[in-house]
Parts: sequence; C-alpha cells; structure tokens
Amino acid sequence: MDRARFQTGRKQLAIRGGRIVDPSQGLDMVGDVLLAHGRVVAVGPNVGREAEEAIDARGLVVCPGLVDIHCHLREPGMEHKETIQSGTMAAARGGFTTVCCMPNTEPPLDSPALVRWVLERAGQVGVVRVLPIASLTRGRRGEELVDMAELAQAGAVAFSDDGNPVVNAHLMRRALEYASMLGMTVIDHCEDPGLAAGGVMHEGWVSARLGLAGAPAEAEEVMVARDIALARLTGGNVHIAHVSTRWALVHLAWAKGQGLPVTAEVTPHHLLLTHEAVMCPSGEGPGAISYNTSAKVSPPLRTPDDVAACQQALAQGTIDCIATDHAPHAQEDKLCEFDMAAPGISGLETALGLCLQLVHQERLSLHRLIEAMTAAPVRALGLDRRIPGLGTLRPGAPADVTAIDLEREWTVDPASFASRGKNTPFAGRRLRGRAVLTIAGGRVVWRE
Amino acid sequence: MQEKATSPQAAIWRHRHLLDVDVLSPQELMLVLDTADAMREVLSREVPRVPTLRGTTVVNLFYEPSTRTRASFELAAKALGADVINIAVEQSSVRKGESLLDTVRTIEALGARVLVMRHWQSGAPYLVAGHTTMHVINAGDGWHAHPTQALLDLYTMRRHLGELHGRKVVIVGDIAHSRVARSNLWALTALGAQVVLCGPPTLMPPGLREGSWPSVEVSYNLDEAIEGADVVMALRLQRERMVAGLLPSLREYVRLYQVDEKRLRRASPTALLMHPGPVNEGIELAPEVVRCAQSVIDEQVTNGVAVRMAVLYLLTQRGGEGG
Amino acid sequence: MTEADIRRALRRIAHEIIERNKGVAEVVLVGMHTRGVPLAHRLAQILREFEGQEVPVGSLDIGLHRDDLPYRGTRPTLHRSHIPVDIDHKKVILVDDVLYTGRSIRAALDALMDYGRPAQVQLAVLVDRGHRELPIRADYVGKNVPTSRQEEVQVRLQEVDGRDEVVLVRPQGEG
Repeated sequence: MDRARFQTGRKQLAIRGGRIVDPSQGLDMVGDVLLAHGRVVAVGPNVGREAEEAIDARGLVVCPGLVDIHCHLREPGMEHKETIQSGTMAAARGGFTTVCCMPNTEPPLDSPALVRWVLERAGQVGVVRVLPIASLTRGRRGEELVDMAELAQAGAVAFSDDGNPVVNAHLMRRALEYASMLGMTVIDHCEDPGLAAGGVMHEGWVSARLGLAGAPAEAEEVMVARDIALARLTGGNVHIAHVSTRWALVHLAWAKGQGLPVTAEVTPHHLLLTHEAVMCPSGEGPGAISYNTSAKVSPPLRTPDDVAACQQALAQGTIDCIATDHAPHAQEDKLCEFDMAAPGISGLETALGLCLQLVHQERLSLHRLIEAMTAAPVRALGLDRRIPGLGTLRPGAPADVTAIDLEREWTVDPASFASRGKNTPFAGRRLRGRAVLTIAGGRVVWRE
Repeated sequence: MQEKATSPQAAIWRHRHLLDVDVLSPQELMLVLDTADAMREVLSREVPRVPTLRGTTVVNLFYEPSTRTRASFELAAKALGADVINIAVEQSSVRKGESLLDTVRTIEALGARVLVMRHWQSGAPYLVAGHTTMHVINAGDGWHAHPTQALLDLYTMRRHLGELHGRKVVIVGDIAHSRVARSNLWALTALGAQVVLCGPPTLMPPGLREGSWPSVEVSYNLDEAIEGADVVMALRLQRERMVAGLLPSLREYVRLYQVDEKRLRRASPTALLMHPGPVNEGIELAPEVVRCAQSVIDEQVTNGVAVRMAVLYLLTQRGGEGG
Repeated sequence: MTEADIRRALRRIAHEIIERNKGVAEVVLVGMHTRGVPLAHRLAQILREFEGQEVPVGSLDIGLHRDDLPYRGTRPTLHRSHIPVDIDHKKVILVDDVLYTGRSIRAALDALMDYGRPAQVQLAVLVDRGHRELPIRADYVGKNVPTSRQEEVQVRLQEVDGRDEVVLVRPQGEG
C-alpha cells in the first residue's frame, strides 16, 4: 500500500506526443501517457486524446518518474542543511518522484515513531513521495539491531547505518538473517575503518601531493567482499551503497555470476569526477593547487581507472542502479579546512543532467540510464512490493512521470537550487539535457 | 668575499602569497636566493635594521607550537622595520572558539598587512589566501608544505656547493608526513638537482610515480642511497609514528636509517649534512655527526632569517598579483 | 659628455677631493649601485696615481632604504652592499652618477649610519641635473646639466654598458 499519503491528482491528465521510454516494459514509442486518480491508466498512441487536461510533450522523452534510493533529507535535526520540503522540491526539479531518505538524522530513524513522523511530515510538506530507510542498529551505534519487523510495518523500506559502515561482521550476519525473514534489504556503506584510518580523500598521488590522509580503495573492497560472503552465508539481500572502486566491482560481478542476492548503486559524481577534482577545480592555472572542499565526499572520488570501471559496470548491469547520495550541507560546513569540511555533494538537481553526459558520449544507452533511475532502484530494494508498479508506466502504476528534454542546454547554478545545500563541485558546468516536467501522484510538481 | 658579478636577469616577482615553492620558476627561486644574499649582509651590519617595512604589521599566527620558525620570522620582520604580533593558538581553544577564517578576518581588520601562518591542517593557508587581502606566507601546513624552509635549505646548499644542477640530494626519514621533504623536492627538482627519498615503505607517500609529482628516486636502503650524495638531509622522526603502527621500534629505525659517521663517509667528501631542526640526537642523527665539520645545521637557522627577510621584501610590493 | 669629458671630470674631482681633505688619509669612497660603484673605483685609481695611497672603496645598495617604494610597482632587485672598512671617524665620500631629487642620497645617508659614525660624509656626482626635493647638495660635481622634469639623463659606463658617455634624452611624443 502506498503510504506516501500526499495529495494525488483526481482528474485525468495526459502527457501527449512524447517519446515514451519504459525499460521495464521494453517500451520505446511515440505516444501518450494517460493518468487519472493518481494512477497510470494507459500508454499508447493517442490514448490521451480525450483527456480533460493535456500537456504537450512532443520532442521530449517521457519516462516513469525517477526514483532515488539514497538521499539525505536532514530532517529531523539538521534543518539548516535541508528539510523534507526543500529536499523534495529539489528532487522534483531533478525529475525525481520518489526518494528514499537515509536515517542519519538527529535523532536517527531507529524507532517506529520516528519513521511514522517522517512519513507524516512528508505527507504535509513533501513535494514528492518520501520512503524512509530505517537505521540498522539502535542509534546507528553498530551494536544492537533495531526492531526490524516493527519498523517495516511503520513504513521503513530498508535498513542502513549509512554514513557508518557495519563494522562488526557478526552483527551484519545476524542483520542479514533477520532481514531476510522480512524479505528486506540491508544497505551497507562499505568502508573498513582500519584501512580508511581517518583518510579524508582517496589515497593516491593527489592525497600525497596535498599532504592529506587518504583512504585506499581497498578499504571499500574488503568490506564489499565480506558482505558478499555474508550474503551467500545467510541468503539475505545486501545492497552496496555508492560503490566507487574497480576491485569492489570485480567482486560484485563475480557475486552476480554466482546468483547471490547482492545489488549495488553508483552516484553521478563517481561516474564523472576523479580525485584530481579535489586539487584542481576546472580551469585553474598550471602549478597552482587548491583544496576543493566541494569535492570532498564519502566514499571519496577515485582514480580515472575506477571511474571508467564504474561506467562500464553500470552499462553492463554489474551496478544495478544510480542513486544520488544527495548530501546537502550549510556553507560553513564546507568553508573551512579540508580535514574539517563535511563530506557530501548536493546532487538531486544535477543527477539526471550529469548522467545524460554519459549518454551523449555514448558510454551509456538512454534506455539503460532510465532503467538505472527507475525500475532498477525499485527492484534493488524491492519497493514494488509495497507500491506495485513503482518505477514503471504499467497500467495501475502510480501516476509518476518525468519528461526529459535531451537537448536542453543549461548551466549548473547552485544559487538557484531548491535544495538548501549549494555544495557541488559541478557549479558552473554546462550540461545538455534535463528534466523539464515532473509529475508526482498525477500532479505537476515541477515544470521548467 | 665575492661581489656579485651581474644582477639577476630581470626576474619579476609576481606572487602575492608564498604558499608553496611548487609555483616558483627557477628564475624566481634564484631571485629569492639573491635577495637573501643582500639581506644576509644587512644582518651583518652593526645596526642590522633597514626601514623597508616600517609601518607594516606582520602577524605570526601559529596553530602549532614552534620556537625557531616563529622567532626566525619575527627577527626577519623586525630587521626590515616591521611591527610584529605573535598569536599562538591552543588546539583546544579552536574547537569551541572562532573558526580560522573568523580569526583571520579579525587580524585583517586590525590592520595587519602580512600574515605568517602555521597550521596543523594541510591546505589551511590556501583557504585563508582565498579570503583575505593580506599577503599570506605559509610557515608550514600539516604534511603539505614549508616553503621558507625549502628556500633556506636551497640557500644553504648554494652557499656551499654553488650550482645545484645535477647535485645528488638524499632526504631520509618520515617522508610521508613531511612538509619539509615535499617543499624541498619541488625546489630542488626545479633547479635540476637529483633527489632521492629514503625511508621505510610505511613512511613513504603513495603514488610518487604518478600524476604531477616531479621525477624522484625512492630507496628503502640508506647505505645504498647515500653513496656519493652531495647533501644528506635528515628529517625529524616523531614518536607518534610508532604508536600508529608505522614503525616497529625506534631501535629498528636507528639501525636502518640513522645518519652516523660510517654512513656519512659513503657520501661525497664535501657533502653537507642538513636537518630542519630540532634534532632528535641519537635518533635520526648520531650525536657525533650533529656538530661535525660537514654539518650546516646551525647555519640553516642563520640563513633562515635572511631568507625570510627576502620573502617578506618580495611579497610586499604593490600590484603583486596572483598567488 | 664624451668619454674624454668624463675622464677629465673625474680627474678634476679627484684633485678637488685631495685639496679639500688635505690628502686622502681617512678617506673612504662608497659608490652607490649601480653606476656609482665603477665611478668610485675609477676615482680610487686616480687618487692612487696622484697620492700614492690606497683609498678603500665600498659599495652601497639603497634599495631597502628608499622612501618611494610604496609608489613603485615591483621591488627593485637588491644587490649586496659591502663596506670593507670600519667607517667610524672616517671621511666617507658617496659617489653616484646622477644627482636629481636627492632622495637616493638621503637613503644612502640612512644606510651609512647603520654601519657606523663617520666624521664627515661628502658627495661626489658625475652629473647634477637639478630639481632637488630635499636640502641635499653635492660637494664635487662633474658637470651641471640643467634639465626639464620630462627629460632623462643617461650615464653609460664602460664597466656596465660597454662605453663611456652621458646623454640627455628628450621625451618622445607622449601618447
């Protein structure tokens, strides 16, 4: 049952004449999408001819509303960075109609009451659907498991201590066993704290040059390998958050080959930026270095080889889906010494535009991109069991639609973000392609 | 004593700050050294004072304790007639107090023109330089850079060895955590010296063969590396490294990497022994070599004042652009 | 001035120095960078010729003492100053190529004081072009050359420029 409880449109709305791409149905055709009572009624040529209300989508790509299974809305507790309202507005502007919010709020979402609070709040002020992810352990302390069944009943769609890795292998094992009973997924932020040892960026020649402590790629790899083994042991679903390294992907590919219940996501910034972005924001003079805190993120930006590996893995399906890991921060959290700066990139409003660059460069097909932002994330967390049809345009699916103008040129301007977080290393970048229309629950929530 | 025969070819200093030596061309490096020559002479006068920076306030903002560097900058500024204010910040007070940028803004509002700063976090001076109209001199940031140390080391080497092109300089110690090693690496390779970094693998920075590092040799064996060296520079070893699991014990380190008489004999007979100070006698240097004939460690300190005077002189010009 | 003019002027100045100071005992010549230095050496040589005595020669870079630095752009390149003898109680004769506003001389006096306390300081210049801004005068002048402020007096010396001459440069049409 759809617990989003936000207002759905009652009347008929047709999005007409666009190129409809729904990878879940293998659809790619010109036609109309007809919506009514908050649901998809039909998809096909001219099905919207008689609709009460119509939007002309000729020249646009029309697809299921984008789904982001990893973002940080900061509410409750850190409203100076973001609120559910500003975050969902940012999501709408980025073409997203469903977002899953991570539980590292203050207090963390480790109780049914808090999960219900988030859902209510989202129902009141949210612009798009919000599905809460509960923490895996009480207080995110990594010691005791939360009441998973009760949290699931309250509306949590997955479990994660994101921000923190699940350090204790025994605990991860038990978590997976328990979650598997509920058919739910544990999302792990894979970073071995011993190896990462206080690193504030990727350990490599850039960190050495800048004199910053680095975390080697192996800090991610060893925990990915561990989680894969535990998934095999328990049969529980593991989803690897924001994977970023070639060697983790090697393990992942093997795991999938073995049919193990492991999925993974990648962020747009790990598909496009390398650790050099920390040292030289684009256009700096020769020799002059800088310490670019807007490029500080966890996991850190990696080497060109890792980026290439991520692009390939996404295209091939070793990485299931794209997730933004939208991490808004206040200006003062970034305007400080690199070691002290908060890691994270405000990404909801740029995710699609950035990933379309890969499509333009022919490293990714449009189909695969849309799949990676609609049906695939839904599948990874099993969200369609709660909300049938989510991430698709099948009849009966929620009336979530995104229209994309593939050729629309625009410049990333953080000052104009709806998100309170203006922290992005992509500021000033010229992009081609963006969402120009977002419909959530049958209502237009954003139109360019 | 020789008079300088020709004035340096019109190298014009165009940097507003001195954050690291990696942005200095060979001509600019030589300009600093030649200017330091003139400054050294000033220091030898009966009244070692010139009015060049009269009316200018120089602030030493030190987030890390330091006796010699701070005193050196203070003497340099005063020799040029400037007023000096020293601010030492306790690490504990930072947590609850002003942010770095707030502190810098206050200093600027008080009328200071030059900010000499030392900070435990790499990159801190870069952050500051982007948010102030003062001239910023990096007196050491984290592991990253210590430009004036490299310049005074270069100056010391030049006084004894003359031309530095092709000279073999061995830097031994905790390279990974050393801003002195990094800055020296940039300065020496810019002048065509051959640099060998020596130390255990656990104390070497990663990725030295990649990216925009200058070309450098790495060796784990000091006996081999020190063969024929023109300069042997030992770095201070911090005891915290043992705790961090980077070194098994001091005894091991001493056995493998201490510069003693025997090892020093393998270097060139005119080799210089250098150390940024303060020396852990008996650890990175055997006691008998600290004051041996080849040691220029004390001279480094003297030269430091002249070099810092030169830097202050060159930075504080009107219209100096860039960083 | 031609090469011959310069030679004659220096010889005359040397005579005047000897006369005024009743010999060259206690005299120290200090040339001001850049061209005052070779001029000082030449004077010392002439004095040696006339009096059979060595007169010590030093050099002074006043770059650190100038008062016009805030109004310039880049810093002037510094040269090492070198005063080889103790100047206490001595008669120091500053030697420069052109005397103009007098500010360089004031800076030189400042610098000299940091080396000691001379009994007297005198000034010898090859050319005096007028336009003093401070109460400074030369004791020995090679040639008085009245100029306008826009003009420039260029002194070239064998040791620095490869030839000896003094030329008056009038400004080009200013754009």
